[in-house]
Amino acid sequence: MSETTPAVTQATLVKKAAPKSDYKPADVSPQRRVQRSFAVRLWSVRHSRLLEWFYARFADMFLLLHPLWKGIGYGRVEGPIKFVEKRVKGFMFDCRMCGQCILSSTGMSCPMNCPKQLRNGPCGGVRANGNCEVEPDMPCVWVKAWEGSRNMKHGDKILDVQKPVDQSLRETSAWLRVTAQAAAAREAARNAPNTGVST
Amino acid sequence: MIGRQRDENPAGIHLPLEPLPGHTSRGRLERVLRRGEFAVTTELNPPDSADPEDVYNRAKIFDGWVDAINAVDASGANCHMSSVGICALLTRMGYAPIMQIACRDRNRIAIQGDVLGGAAMGVANMLCLTGDGVQAGDQPGAKPVFDLDCMSLLETCRIMRDNGKFLSGRKLTTPPQLFLGAAINPFAPPIDFRPYRLGKKIAAGAQFVQSQYCFDVPMFRTYMQQIRDLGFTEKCFILCGVGPLASAKTAKWIRSNVPGIHIPDSIVKRLEGAQDQKREGKQLCIDIINEVKEIPGVSGVHVMAYRQEEYVAEIVDESGVLKGRQPWKREIRRDDQLVADRLDHILHDEITETQVDMVKTAH
Repeated sequence: MSETTPAVTQATLVKKAAPKSDYKPADVSPQRRVQRSFAVRLWSVRHSRLLEWFYARFADMFLLLHPLWKGIGYGRVEGPIKFVEKRVKGFMFDCRMCGQCILSSTGMSCPMNCPKQLRNGPCGGVRANGNCEVEPDMPCVWVKAWEGSRNMKHGDKILDVQKPVDQSLRETSAWLRVTAQAAAAREAARNAPNTGVST
Repeated sequence: MIGRQRDENPAGIHLPLEPLPGHTSRGRLERVLRRGEFAVTTELNPPDSADPEDVYNRAKIFDGWVDAINAVDASGANCHMSSVGICALLTRMGYAPIMQIACRDRNRIAIQGDVLGGAAMGVANMLCLTGDGVQAGDQPGAKPVFDLDCMSLLETCRIMRDNGKFLSGRKLTTPPQLFLGAAINPFAPPIDFRPYRLGKKIAAGAQFVQSQYCFDVPMFRTYMQQIRDLGFTEKCFILCGVGPLASAKTAKWIRSNVPGIHIPDSIVKRLEGAQDQKREGKQLCIDIINEVKEIPGVSGVHVMAYRQEEYVAEIVDESGVLKGRQPWKREIRRDDQLVADRLDHILHDEITETQVDMVKTAH
């Protein structure tokens, strides 16, 4: 259907109606201007199973290093870790540094790349060819997320209802936060039976 | 009965109904659906004006034909009168509006305030939507907010209603009593995910859902089969979205311009082959209603007749979905009518009473 009909979207009309001058920036959205290729992002989704396995090991390793992080101080390691995280995840997933990473629940397709930043599934505007309503050239983040999640071992985590994004955590390291939380949970689990006996 | 209609508060049409056990709202739509009646809802085309009469006139043509009216929240990202405003006007007149809340324009602070404000005005139904992208509307330069998404919005409303708390955990003194709705689109990719997404919406708090325009009945039937198998139809009322197409040209335009509306070629061909395309569009809508109403699990239809609102009554009537039932209709109360009749002459008599005359007649 979409192959036969030319895409005359509202965006196209608006672009056409814009005042004519020598300088005309390409594309409709600022986001699209920053980024032109989705190859790496799509690779990550295709290899979601591998990445899931790798991520689990990686999280364990980070947790093992918890005493080190704590020794140096989480506040002090934040800078360098964030530097690495931002670049690695930026390259792999086009990460937007929301600081509350849910890649493992979304088939390794970063939901913050959705123009509506939906974290709970696709909107109703997905094009028949599986592309985004807002950015016609971009494959819908959530169509890819569903595909990615089907390859994953714990892919059904995509069915959990996600809380709204906490904007105050933007530009912070999700790796460190997850590690600190896991360490706290481990600590609590270790203390729980003891306190149960003693009191 | 004393000339009173079913589902009407005797103390005044604008007041909420008596709470019923098992109901979360005090509105008419929930009562109709829980009684197992086939519900009909429609959409009010929001005026681009500040005149309340525009809203009343547009609501009047649905009188006695629909159970609830959607007050759209800047649909298609075009500016119109706000849904809160429309709801304020409609509830005053006793109508049962469904307040649409889109996440595009407001953050969680504004939305929670509007939920309370709406509920205080007597809005019993709220429809939680993500909203179209700003690029679709008349102001593509606007800042897209999307602070919440439809799912977290549903959850927010549910928390406010059931736990009596804001999202922050701060307590409400009186929680809103709401019947929560959401939208579904079974016709857009990823098709396999769509039934599970409804499950997510139910988990987040959806009690009824309205679907996108349904032009592909077999596709809708498959979807209904899937959600029946998952047991979702017992937890949630499904209203199928339908509407008349004005012509084959409109159908083609919608197909290429409005994302998320799936119109199969057979529909376009049927319209193209017709003598009177507008009439055929209406007939097509009636045929689709007749097909979907037989699908198990469908609790009603949502008739969206944008700029063809006058057809809603005909469509509902000719499809016979109400089975002789008449939804609530705005009527003048008997005592009001009596007073109006007695005082009617004031409007027509050309008597100007001066104080001098009044003194004279008093003696």
